[in-house]
Amino acid sequence: MSRDHILHRVRTALGRSAGEEAGPPPPVRLRLPESSVESRARQMLACVEALAGEGLRAATEEDARACVAAAIEGKRAVASNAPYLERCGITSLPGVRSGITDPDELRDLCAAADFGITSADYALADTGTLVLLASPREARLVSLLPPAHIAVIPCGRILTGLDELFSILPDPAAATSSMVLITGPSRTADIEQILVRGVHGPGRVMVVVVG
Amino acid sequence: MSTEFDRKIHETLADAKLQLAIYTATGRLKAKRVEMVAAQVLPDYQELRAHAHAIKKHAIENLDHYLEEFERNVEAHGGKVAYCKDGTEVADFVLALARERGARLIVKSKSMTTEEVDLNERLEHHGLESVETDLGEYILQLAQERPYHIVAPALHMTRYDVADLFARRLHIPSEVVIEKQTAIARSVLRQKFLAADIGISGANFLVADSGAVVIVENEGNARLTTSAPRIHIAIAGIEKVIPRAQDLATFLKLLARSATGQALSVYTSFLSGPRRGGEIDGPEEFYVVLLDNGRTRLLPDRGKRESLYCIRCGACLNACPVYRKIGGHAFPWVYSGPIGAILTPQFMGVAHEPALPFASSLCGACGEVCPVKIDIPKILLELRSDVKKSEAREKQHRLETLAFRAFAWLMRHPRMYELAGRAAAAMAPSEDGGWVRNVPGLMNIPPVRAWLSQRDLPPAPAKSFREMWRRR
Amino acid sequence: MSKRVSLFVTCLVDQLFPKVGMAMAAVLERLGYELDFPENQTCCGQPAFNSGYRAEARAVARHFLDTFERSECIVVPSGSCTAMVTHHFAELFHKDPAALERVHALEKRIWEFATFLTGVAGVEDVGARMDDVVTFHDGCHALRELGIAEAPRRLLAHVRGLELREMEPAAECCGFGGTFAVKFAELSGAMARTRMEAILRTGARTVVSLDPSCLMQLQGALSRAGAGVRTMHLAEVLASR
Repeated sequence: MSRDHILHRVRTALGRSAGEEAGPPPPVRLRLPESSVESRARQMLACVEALAGEGLRAATEEDARACVAAAIEGKRAVASNAPYLERCGITSLPGVRSGITDPDELRDLCAAADFGITSADYALADTGTLVLLASPREARLVSLLPPAHIAVIPCGRILTGLDELFSILPDPAAATSSMVLITGPSRTADIEQILVRGVHGPGRVMVVVVG
Repeated sequence: MSTEFDRKIHETLADAKLQLAIYTATGRLKAKRVEMVAAQVLPDYQELRAHAHAIKKHAIENLDHYLEEFERNVEAHGGKVAYCKDGTEVADFVLALARERGARLIVKSKSMTTEEVDLNERLEHHGLESVETDLGEYILQLAQERPYHIVAPALHMTRYDVADLFARRLHIPSEVVIEKQTAIARSVLRQKFLAADIGISGANFLVADSGAVVIVENEGNARLTTSAPRIHIAIAGIEKVIPRAQDLATFLKLLARSATGQALSVYTSFLSGPRRGGEIDGPEEFYVVLLDNGRTRLLPDRGKRESLYCIRCGACLNACPVYRKIGGHAFPWVYSGPIGAILTPQFMGVAHEPALPFASSLCGACGEVCPVKIDIPKILLELRSDVKKSEAREKQHRLETLAFRAFAWLMRHPRMYELAGRAAAAMAPSEDGGWVRNVPGLMNIPPVRAWLSQRDLPPAPAKSFREMWRRR
Repeated sequence: MSKRVSLFVTCLVDQLFPKVGMAMAAVLERLGYELDFPENQTCCGQPAFNSGYRAEARAVARHFLDTFERSECIVVPSGSCTAMVTHHFAELFHKDPAALERVHALEKRIWEFATFLTGVAGVEDVGARMDDVVTFHDGCHALRELGIAEAPRRLLAHVRGLELREMEPAAECCGFGGTFAVKFAELSGAMARTRMEAILRTGARTVVSLDPSCLMQLQGALSRAGAGVRTMHLAEVLASR
């Protein structure tokens, strides 16, 4: 069997024996800068804008609902089952479908929708990144199939950056089968290095920071 | 001496349109990288490089340990791991699974590892449809070409080339607007994503302590490949394993910056096993294929095994003055540029293209930009020595060998060296005439002829330095 | 350190560009150094090393070690040849502890010309004058193996009448690369022409470098193109007055 063959070749080449422990790896390198919620929120939105996304600040949950309503204008939208979207009243907006648990139904709806609306488990201020963990509350396709993605997050979930994310989630696999970091709209530069947004994922990404 | 390699170099150099395309594209990527690793933007860039190098070194030195840890953790999350020693085994694995599940259509996201083993051709040979979904890779699959560049696979093609290709292969009217070409690919491939039975991806990292596969991309095709079909197979070289998820904080800061000059790529997917209870979508089956395909051959050599630290960012290609002239297709295997020049001889054997390690001015730009600090110039030099040893065994290039022996002897005998120098100078034109276009007495010497094919030669000075020094 | 210096002029300067060696000697003497030219010197062995002939390179390197055994301080008008000694001799003798010890001792005694001036002699102004517009070409080994970028520019900044214009892009290879220049002549020539275009864009009339080999490549291309730009080693610029 190739497994044993390959592992044997590796061990022979490295002069190791089966089951031999590894020495200590280099120490983990995570730097956690101090930063206020307010400065993280501002940095997050500035980075989203710099990536050609749309960054909006909503003072309250009602304001967030209004932001989303204005963006979707009653067009077809699928909202994830994130409790925060319900709390903001976004799931009850006209045109918005939510509460879907059947995978086929969800796929068909997302494939036809104009907007996918999610929350996010975290956001990374220094890169303008949304962090979504797949769960019964967040399906993968909502942020992927529709041409536009709207994410609504309370400002308290914005972290400084990757280092803080991995210090909070040292092993993301313990929490989910899929964690995705989304940094701006889908893009390509594969033809003549000309930037085009919205290749396979959403070409439009709107982030609403609440609070 | 006119090998296939020489011929392709000549053809690329002679193609003015291609020269401009390569130089402009790599120049742009190069400039973006410089901007994103500048001290004001990323003050700890050099520390991150050193840390990334140390982690890779540790992971490779304990590779069996981390592969087994990775395997255990994938299985703990309900996934399966298969070890394959070559392309045949990979294809057999995919074919067997496809047969068992009745799968016909496969969507693929970009993976250099599957390019190594010509996976698409192997699968299509057995009646499966395997569709590349990265825009550049899709274009190349239609054109039946291999990637020109690790991160910009269709770098050599213009919008007009793409328009002709789409018209011919998709039977549509010619479309030259890049946004519209992209939209065409999106709609064709969207149908494939929704209909596919299996998604095959590569992996940028395999995380041992999580049993996770990490995939970095900009288009969203890798997310679709790994989310939409019922089965996800990730195919990765065994060297891709890193010890901890927390190490990603280091690698992710370096990868996109080095590759495309982004702080992070648009999508970074961290995938561990199939969809879990309660999760609404995602694959029901999750496999990781760990491919050797020659990698274990690189492990015994403590110096050269550094080649396996590569994270496929392509920065060395953009920095390389040779790549920027000869492009990707002149290289004899799927990996091009400086990293290709050190991987190819080690994977395929030095005899595959013995001239390859010599096709470098050893300027060191590749080593300077490598985010994991692979000493590419040093490895090139070692490979040159390996080539010469192998040629000596095969009794090839004996004239060159004799010439270098004579050189070494002469350089240890200063009197003879001086006489030889004066003898050569006597045959060369004198100082008064300036730099020369030809040297009649020496044109039969191949290096002289080669030099003069491109440049002028200096005239011989009336006296050597040592003669001038003696007469001071 | 005493004011005594041994010259290693390199085989290229000895055979083809003796004026570079004489200029270097003139600058060093002007600064009060007593010079010595070990007559047994030939080459550092780099051509063989870079071509994959390590045994041959080792033999030449051993000759170099013998020749400069008693030199307290060696100055070289080439970044590339200096880097061969300081960065690659050790690889050649990694299985020979006695030779390796001599190599490590030698590494501390050998200097590229510009860094010797700024780092050891402690001068930036050598009293030179040259009325000219020049551009500076970074030799790859000087820049990337030895980390030399500032020293030659500081020295040029003190040359009266001289205007330095940097190339864009900076720090790109001229395409010389030793035997690469003849093994891949067409490619090497194309690289030289790209570098030449960068030189011409500056409007400079003279290209200055620390490495005679880069200058040979560039002058060869400039001359072939009839470009009317000359090349000079830094030592020649600093010797002008």
